[in-house]
Amino acid sequence: MPTESDETMPLRTSDDVVRVRQAVRARAVSAGFSLVDQTKLVTAASEVGRNTVDYGGGGTLRIEVVSNGRRRGVRLTFTDQGPGIADLTLAMKDGYTSGSGLGLGLGGAKRLSNEFDIRSAPGQGTIVTLARWT
Amino acid sequence: MSEHRHVILSLIDRHHQQLLAEWLACQKRDARIADPQREKEIAGLAGRFLDQLRRGAIAQADDIQMAEWQPVREVLEDLSRDRAIQGFSPSETAIFVFSLKEPLFALLRREFAIDADRLARETWTASRLIDRLGLYTIESYARVREEVITRQQQELLELSTPVVELWDGILALPLIGTLDSARTQIVMESLLQRIVTSGAEIAIIDITGVPTVDTLVAQHLIKTISAARLMGADCILSGIRPQIAQTIVHLGLELNVVSKATMADALALALRRANKTIIDREPSAATRT
Ligand SMILES: Nc1ncnc2c1ncn2[C@@H]1O[C@H](COP(=O)(O)OP(=O)(O)O)[C@@H](O)[C@H]1O
Ligand SMILES: [Mg+2]
Repeated sequence: MPTESDETMPLRTSDDVVRVRQAVRARAVSAGFSLVDQTKLVTAASEVGRNTVDYGGGGTLRIEVVSNGRRRGVRLTFTDQGPGIADLTLAMKDGYTSGSGLGLGLGGAKRLSNEFDIRSAPGQGTIVTLARWT
Repeated sequence: MSEHRHVILSLIDRHHQQLLAEWLACQKRDARIADPQREKEIAGLAGRFLDQLRRGAIAQADDIQMAEWQPVREVLEDLSRDRAIQGFSPSETAIFVFSLKEPLFALLRREFAIDADRLARETWTASRLIDRLGLYTIESYARVREEVITRQQQELLELSTPVVELWDGILALPLIGTLDSARTQIVMESLLQRIVTSGAEIAIIDITGVPTVDTLVAQHLIKTISAARLMGADCILSGIRPQIAQTIVHLGLELNVVSKATMADALALALRRANKTIIDREPSAATRT
């Protein structure tokens, strides 16, 4: 699968979350996403990116623009070395929050993406990969 | 270890006038100072600095963070604050300290002309002290700049959050741009504040200009809407564009608020609720005026 662009950005502060949204929007536009698809991807990035900052203690986001021959897509990989998640099923559940959020971020991000994968273990950090296609 | 401070102390004591004059000359040359007012001001600071440096040297404290060096640090903080606010660069600011090296090293050379070993040692320790004081200057300069920038950002936040009274008892809050949490907080608080002071019963929150509504933005909206309700004002949400409506559904958000496509629709509803009507004027009446 050819990669058209590949970049990595820091995710440490809430300002970084704003920058990440802008960068993801720009990549989605360059991949030819419709306004609805752009908004879905940007919103998913905002949710997972904020978790990286708030719960993961900061990390990075890798943004790739990829193509599978017929369609183009944007793949986002969020990585942190934070405390990790002990119970992934619980974390994914709508309405569950260990903080003071609405607990809809992970479930929402999954519904807003075409592909969604989360890997985590206590003490091992968290990696979320999601993708959306045109 | 403390011997070199005694050296500086005795040099300042014996050559105060000369050192000050040469130092000021170096500053004038390096920082290209032409303004006599500024020259006078720097002379004042430099005199204060030498006096305090002398005291720090007496105390023989080795670490400029120690209490004995506090007066010296204060001189440098004053300098940095002044320079940062007036818009000088960090190097223009730090030249004040670093330019002391030249006249000080010249004095050291004369003092230890016959003792190369001692000269090297004293020069090195004096250099280290001045470097530290110079770095401290740059650090405090950066701190002040940061404060200035934070304050400016704060002012910008407040400027960009207008709550407007559309009609007697009807407020509108047009949200525009990225709603990071700091800004959202301020915007929402200013709306609640205006509800209190104006006694408005209807508030229209318009999100036409908001590119992304995620769960954090939604949470702020929900909190504001319930707080407004507690204060006797009903909110109407307007300007939810189709792409935003779709993401809100996918996120599973329930906003529990009356919403209208446009601000105009929201205003029409608000007026209806307030028992007011807007009617077209007779054509003849329009031409008469
Ligand atoms: N990167 C992460 N590191 C550790 N815990 C996380 C991470 N991301 C999510 N979580 C956990 O998953 C929970 C649910 O996340 P989310 O659905 O975004 O809801 P919210 O952010 O409102 O809490 C969080 O409360 C947190 O306990
Ligand atoms: Mg979240």
